Amino acid sequence: MSDRPGLTEPIWLRWLLIAIVVTFLCGFLLLPLAVVVYEAFRQGVGVYFHAITDPVAQAAIRLTLLAAGVSLALNTVFGLAAAWTVTRFKFPGKSLLLTLIDLPFAVSPVIAGLVFVLLFGAQGWAKGAPVAWLWPIALHIATAIPFLWLTWGILSWALADGRWALGRRPGLGWWIGLAVTTALAGLFWFSDPKVLAWLASGHEFPVVFASPGIILATAFITFPFVARELIPVMQSVGQEEEQAALSLGAGGWTIFWRITLPNVKWGLLYGLILCNARAMGEFGAVSVVSGHIRGQTTTMPLHIEILFNEYQYAAAFAVASLLAMLALVTLALKALVEWRSGHNRRTA
Amino acid sequence: MSDIPIFHRWRAQIGVLPGFGLGMGITIAWLGLLVLLPLVALFIHASGLGWEGLWDKLSKPRVISAFQVTFGISLAAALINLVMGLLAAWVLVRYQFPGKRLLDALVDLPFALPTAVAGISLCALFAPNGWLGSWLIPLGIDVNYTQLGIGVALTFVGLPFVIRTVQPVLEELGKETEEAAACLGASRSQIVFRVILPELLPAILTGFALAFARAIGEYGSVVFISGSIPKKTEIVPHLIIIRLEEYDYQGATALGAAMLVASFAMLLVVNLLQRWAEKRAGSAV
Repeated sequence: MSDRPGLTEPIWLRWLLIAIVVTFLCGFLLLPLAVVVYEAFRQGVGVYFHAITDPVAQAAIRLTLLAAGVSLALNTVFGLAAAWTVTRFKFPGKSLLLTLIDLPFAVSPVIAGLVFVLLFGAQGWAKGAPVAWLWPIALHIATAIPFLWLTWGILSWALADGRWALGRRPGLGWWIGLAVTTALAGLFWFSDPKVLAWLASGHEFPVVFASPGIILATAFITFPFVARELIPVMQSVGQEEEQAALSLGAGGWTIFWRITLPNVKWGLLYGLILCNARAMGEFGAVSVVSGHIRGQTTTMPLHIEILFNEYQYAAAFAVASLLAMLALVTLALKALVEWRSGHNRRTA
Repeated sequence: MSDIPIFHRWRAQIGVLPGFGLGMGITIAWLGLLVLLPLVALFIHASGLGWEGLWDKLSKPRVISAFQVTFGISLAAALINLVMGLLAAWVLVRYQFPGKRLLDALVDLPFALPTAVAGISLCALFAPNGWLGSWLIPLGIDVNYTQLGIGVALTFVGLPFVIRTVQPVLEELGKETEEAAACLGASRSQIVFRVILPELLPAILTGFALAFARAIGEYGSVVFISGSIPKKTEIVPHLIIIRLEEYDYQGATALGAAMLVASFAMLLVVNLLQRWAEKRAGSAV
């Protein structure tokens, strides 16, 4: 860096600015993180482990994982479809479509919850609608997708040359995975007494104040994440390779699995990391639709709220420390993906 | 169908790759069912109240003060973020100091840290026996359960926006224009205020608008520190939840519709700003 007077600030000003910024950022970013760890362990390690192994906390963790998993699966499918449509075709109304995809970012989380209460609540339109029939099926498929992905990845990695599975065509392993996970998910689903009771009863399927509402609200809030990361990546990759494959006689799915997906895998991963962090931490939207039934409709952030309001600070911060850890892992993974892919920094 | 000439012409116009129907179908179906249908439902519920009913729900003193608190403090927090974000982006791009990369990675923390966690940890920091509270309260500065607390929480959630919009522009800017200005005899302050800042303006304003929009809708990080005292520290998102808990669905709908209109206005502003920024970047090259 040159030190000529016109091109940079005097040294005292430089260090003053650095000091101001470092103090501000550390104050705002490091202190809240540090206080979470401090408060979580203040009453000892025993209290900490008791708080996170508590059955209600475990139920909250499971529900959080379920909501995040389903949202990730739904938003991956949507993100890939939207990015493919927007970057590979010309059609009128494209910029309107892009604005609409971004819409959930502009909406307050509380309103995201409110709309589902209005839609599915006691006086809602969709109460008892065919949605009630579609939900279990949709949920079943959506939960199966991540398992499928994983099974397929592990199997083809184990059977083949050790290369990462993305970008390879679904082979025998994938179909075995599909059969196994579908059967397992089906067994899991139909062995659940709640589902059996629902089938036996008049097919009432509560959405609001139940887990489907939580999943819907989470999916709404995280809706744009994957699409938004994928669109610029797919745009910059261009479509020459895909057109070449087409002219050589490849079909649509072959092009998708063997050319498009490997080209955008880092962008997809980046979007999934951000999507996951938001899905697991969502509070406002979930708070509105949950009804706060302990151990049944509380996600981790809601569990933290209940504990905090009951003055169980150590327990609240213990559960919060898990989410803070998730945030740090997210930041580390994000930096790793940026480094691996030469990804430019962008606002999330 | 593929024999029909008009189909060929249409295919050639939109693009030759397969999958338009499937992709568009999934996109529109998802968007329609998950996002548009619920939002439209809110407006239809609100229109059921009529203008009179809406006005009746919104003109209550408690509601008006909640809107004032929400928008006023969001504006203040976004302004703080504008100034500090600009400084931070400048320092992170232009200067070298130890720990810079770590700090840069940490900037995204407010995006990654769940808002409820941020809320309770800020609350603990400013509590009477907390790390900062034990210093500030003897000085007469109360943060918890005051509007200042809401401001702190909203500054935290909006922190990355200005930094992350300004940083790439500043990196792209290059030193040539600055060097040219220096050759022509401009002083450092002239260069900063008349050469660099105007170039950054669209990015700064975009970041500001994004931070403001985020702050308006924020709930999780505010609710713990604000204490939600009606007419003092009650924000609109929390008032919506209170209305729902009172089973006053109409009141919640009216508030929600008003907030949604405000969010759409912000979205429009952000889009216009971004278009302006792209245009400027295009004409500069």
